[in-house]
Amino acid sequence: MIMTMVQAINQALAGEMARDDRIIVFGEDVGRDGGVFRATDGLFDRFGPERVVDTPLAESAAIGAALGMAALGLRPVPEIQFMGFIYPAFNQIVSHVARMRNRTRGRFTAPLTIRTPYGAGVKALEHHSESTEALFCHIPGLTVVVPSNPYDAKGLLIASIRSDDPVLFLEPTRLYRAEKQEVPEEPYEVPLRRAAVVREGRDVTIVAWGAMIPVARAAAAAAESEGISAEIIDLRTLSPMDRESILASVRKTGRALVLHEAPKTGGLGAEIAATIGESALLSLNAPVLRVTAPDITVPLPKREDLYYPNEDRALAAVRKLMEY
Amino acid sequence: MIERFDPLKGVMLRILDDDGRAAPDLDPGLPDAALRALYERMVRTRAADGKALKLQRQGRLGTYAPSLGHEAAQVGLASAMAPDDWFFPYFRDLGAYLTLGYPLADYYHFWMGNEAGLRTPDGLNIFPIAIPVGSQVPQAVGAGMAMKFRKLGAAVVTTFGDGATSEGDFHEGLNYAGVYKTPNVFVCLNNQFAISVPRARQTAAPTLAQKALAYGFPGVQVDGNDVLAVFAAVREALATARGGGGPTLIEAFTYRMGDHTTSDDAARYRDRTEVKAWGRKDPITRFRLYLAHKGLWDEAYEKSVQAAAADEIEKAVAEAEGRPPASVDDVFAYTFAKMPPDLEAQLAALKATIPEGRR
Repeated sequence: MIMTMVQAINQALAGEMARDDRIIVFGEDVGRDGGVFRATDGLFDRFGPERVVDTPLAESAAIGAALGMAALGLRPVPEIQFMGFIYPAFNQIVSHVARMRNRTRGRFTAPLTIRTPYGAGVKALEHHSESTEALFCHIPGLTVVVPSNPYDAKGLLIASIRSDDPVLFLEPTRLYRAEKQEVPEEPYEVPLRRAAVVREGRDVTIVAWGAMIPVARAAAAAAESEGISAEIIDLRTLSPMDRESILASVRKTGRALVLHEAPKTGGLGAEIAATIGESALLSLNAPVLRVTAPDITVPLPKREDLYYPNEDRALAAVRKLMEY
Repeated sequence: MIERFDPLKGVMLRILDDDGRAAPDLDPGLPDAALRALYERMVRTRAADGKALKLQRQGRLGTYAPSLGHEAAQVGLASAMAPDDWFFPYFRDLGAYLTLGYPLADYYHFWMGNEAGLRTPDGLNIFPIAIPVGSQVPQAVGAGMAMKFRKLGAAVVTTFGDGATSEGDFHEGLNYAGVYKTPNVFVCLNNQFAISVPRARQTAAPTLAQKALAYGFPGVQVDGNDVLAVFAAVREALATARGGGGPTLIEAFTYRMGDHTTSDDAARYRDRTEVKAWGRKDPITRFRLYLAHKGLWDEAYEKSVQAAAADEIEKAVAEAEGRPPASVDDVFAYTFAKMPPDLEAQLAALKATIPEGRR
């Protein structure tokens, strides 16, 4: 069936809830309203108010409660309405969720999937456009996942829900309804911790994820017309990172560009560049370049266009890589 | 009973007076063996706590949060619990741990600096301690939500100090509990100090118990140095919770007789005369008088209780100290369900730098 990413996410949730009655979906407006983006549309009517729970406005309690539910054998899937509102829960995620397995030597675990929309590009209010995935990738024990298309969104979400580790599942708001794709009706998993080569090429590797994948594709198509063949790696799981896929591609192309909409300093681009430097330095024909958001607060919608990398900025970097 | 002690009227539930006489209409009427068990648990707690302090001073145990003065509250609340109830502790709960059957050797092992000691033995429903203050409260509420959802018919007890009531997690957790009417019993061990900050600096409210009323459920202040009062209040709150009546907040009014932790020096910020005055309200002494009035205590009994505690403690210390340190593999093994290749590489690299015998 042809569907959008938000429909694919909805189908993943419905399918998993039907399969496993330990799964509880909860958060602000996820029940009767079906979520502000309609990701949980219809779940309340189908599974009832005990499994699709509208909560008070309290993000820390949502994640803390999810951990307590997991201790008693449930598989909670809490939604944080926007990533910009996840910070009250940061303590629960960092101090408890991510380390529960370790600090109890496996007696307690945190098999929860925290879903949250993130990223710029939909002309939203302040605090609705940030990409702070790097903050979470820094935390041992946490798996951070970002889909870039409807098919992956469904398969990655199912894999996340079935994972025995805690997963932060970041949904690029810009892609929720940007494209439609054929998505199988039946449940399937797209494996975690594995990147995908979404475009093969010979000359340059572009590493990206989420809403930057369409930007990378556009830049690659433009580069093609200039005789440059770009390969695109969609990271899909940001942490733990599939470094081997990145390295294999860079060893082939000899050039790498990281594209992310998060600010530059301390962003994942630095981690990727360091990985390439550590393990594929002698394959490089050029330094690893980063095209990222600048180290500024996300501008309000009138100048949001200045913030996130676009096709032109990515293409300029690709050309620069080829000049070495 | 709880509804008779309205915190807004400034009345506190107290069963034993300073001389160990029980108010006849409030005495929970426990059989002799159960009364002696309460006493023995408090004595064990104090002895095990004192031993931990000695071990810390000898460099054999890490920074430690002592329980001196909290024995009645800790033992009273845990003695009211049933085996299928869950406990979400804070970090000063030795008496509750021992009462619930947590091995003392494991408890020491954790405070000696090993995660393995925090692995609750299978079959015991005790969540690991929470050091970020108040963060266990919403977790306990989530457990309560799950208990209700799964119709388990049990309840969840969580503990925290007076300082925790200022945290956002306290508010968020109790608010959730009220909305979902969860089977939670919140026990605040108000020991008057959050490290150096006195209770009056945490809130302008006259009691902590009354905060429950704004969340839509009962709160009660009990004498935290009266083991019968704590026991009776928690038992009633648990019965309410199990029966679908929702949560209760119990403020156990007590005093931290020791330092906050072994890294603290309480003499810097509190008055010696105040500490002395609280020393006269000692929870163990008061309950000993009660037992003596009932003919359940004499010197010979005291000696046997102390000897049994000392014996148990020596064995626990020997066991904890006899355990090998965690292996390098163990330190990495529990980060994820299955170790990612990155971490395997980091583990191998670290191992290569460590001599064979120390891995």
